[in-house]
Amino acid sequence: MNNLLDDNLIAQVADLHGIPQGAYNIRKNGVGIGRRSTANIEIKQKLDKPGIDIIVKPGTRGESVHIPVIITAEGLEDMVYNTFYIGENSDVLIVAGCGIHNDGNKKSQHDGIHDFIVGKGARVRYVEKHYGEGEGTGERILNPQTLLELQEGARVELEMVQIRGVDSTKRYTKAQVGKNAYLKITEKILTHDQQSAESEMDMELKGEDASIQIISRSIARGKSKQIFYPRLSGLTKCRGHVQCDAIIMDNAMVRAIPEITAYHADAQLIHEAAIGKIAGEQIVKLMTLGLSEKEAEETILKGFLK
Amino acid sequence: MVLLELKNIWYSPEETTESVAILKDVSCTLEDDRFYVITGPNGGGKSTLAKIIMGIYKPTSGKIILNGDDITNLSISERAKLGIGYAFQQPPRFKGITVGELLSLARSKKCVGSGCNYLFDVGLCPKDYANREVNSSLSGGELKRIEIATLLSRNCKITVFDEPEAGIDMWSFSKLTDIFEKIHKGRDVTTVVISHQERILKLADEIILMQEGVIKEKGEKIVLLGKIMKGKNNFKKDCLGRVEKNE
Repeated sequence: MNNLLDDNLIAQVADLHGIPQGAYNIRKNGVGIGRRSTANIEIKQKLDKPGIDIIVKPGTRGESVHIPVIITAEGLEDMVYNTFYIGENSDVLIVAGCGIHNDGNKKSQHDGIHDFIVGKGARVRYVEKHYGEGEGTGERILNPQTLLELQEGARVELEMVQIRGVDSTKRYTKAQVGKNAYLKITEKILTHDQQSAESEMDMELKGEDASIQIISRSIARGKSKQIFYPRLSGLTKCRGHVQCDAIIMDNAMVRAIPEITAYHADAQLIHEAAIGKIAGEQIVKLMTLGLSEKEAEETILKGFLK
Repeated sequence: MVLLELKNIWYSPEETTESVAILKDVSCTLEDDRFYVITGPNGGGKSTLAKIIMGIYKPTSGKIILNGDDITNLSISERAKLGIGYAFQQPPRFKGITVGELLSLARSKKCVGSGCNYLFDVGLCPKDYANREVNSSLSGGELKRIEIATLLSRNCKITVFDEPEAGIDMWSFSKLTDIFEKIHKGRDVTTVVISHQERILKLADEIILMQEGVIKEKGEKIVLLGKIMKGKNNFKKDCLGRVEKNE
């Protein structure tokens, strides 16, 4: 469909090799270059601003939507608003993600705002991968916002991964979780060199028996900086768990500020945060199995972010 | 045939300012296809000796010879590749790495199907455990059994087990002695187990008694076990006396 470079970027961010099954929309350098709607999933251009509406019919089950974004032009600042309407009792997989290849010296930036309205009893698995590459000195910047409304009994799992090559990211996630609904967010970040990554979250448990689980795993290498600031509020009988776990290496900096607020006596909220280097014992153990020190370190890091 | 030879090993931890030697001029030879049990009071230098063999600690002075080659300056990984194995007394946990992956790393090939059968040998069902992470969801006993399984899967020439019985329940312990019996009977390997348990001591070809950083006695089980168990020899009284005195 595209050239080799595009294919590689798409493979990195969406695990796609060739045209995807089901509905898709591929955006390159600020314009749509391919789109398909299906009988149950409609993708249409927004009229008032850049971006698309993704409308999943109630009861749609076992279908997927791929919406990768790739940027190969230097100096491009792309801003996009996508809205997902997930119909009641549907069950879908959404694969988003952005890959930037910048060989130039000017910055390339993609700011994506994803708005989700998840209907009663619907299930969504949302996978978002961010990746950057290129030889130039131009910065690769990604600032995603994910805004979610979970109606009664909805179940949403977000997997957000940023493994390499993104110079600067400011991530914001906001959710309102309704009665009996469940939201799980897994965020995995690896930063290196001079990169910086910030992730802020505002989570509201609004409906009775709503629950949220937030798992953040990160590795900071080189002189990179990371800040995690998840804020969780329980307004009624609900359960929430935030877990920030970071491995710090070299001369990096990691700041984790999990915040929980209860407005109700039956709100059960827990936060855990840990930052530390790789335990020496772990390295030694893997070396006793024949791995070199370097291999042992890589194995531990790979497992941690898996 | 002599497999491993320790020559005049001295060891003092670097971080201590005063010269406290944990191992004091330890020399001994371990032969092919023999089962050794090292026993003795806590703080006697047993675990330190095991770590010296694996290369986790470097001796302050002395030499370690494997199959006639000096391995004193080899790293942990290099020794592992030469066929030395070491089972931790308190194995570390790994977030995100599964039991199956750990076994695959140990075997340097993928652990699937019967490859995971080493878990059976330690009383764990591969189906239940292969995909579980080696994290804090595992109990201490499960972790110890997995540790032993990784060592069994490696087929080392010499394996040192550091108090395999520590932290595991009675049921697992009886299974454990079966495992060691099996290793001893079925394989052409040298096994060194650090243990305080009579049932393990009974499996030994030779017993090594360590105390205060020296090998007090090394000899055939038949000769030494009786002495130790009946409490008629001086070392045991001496050991116990010292332990009580220190407490």
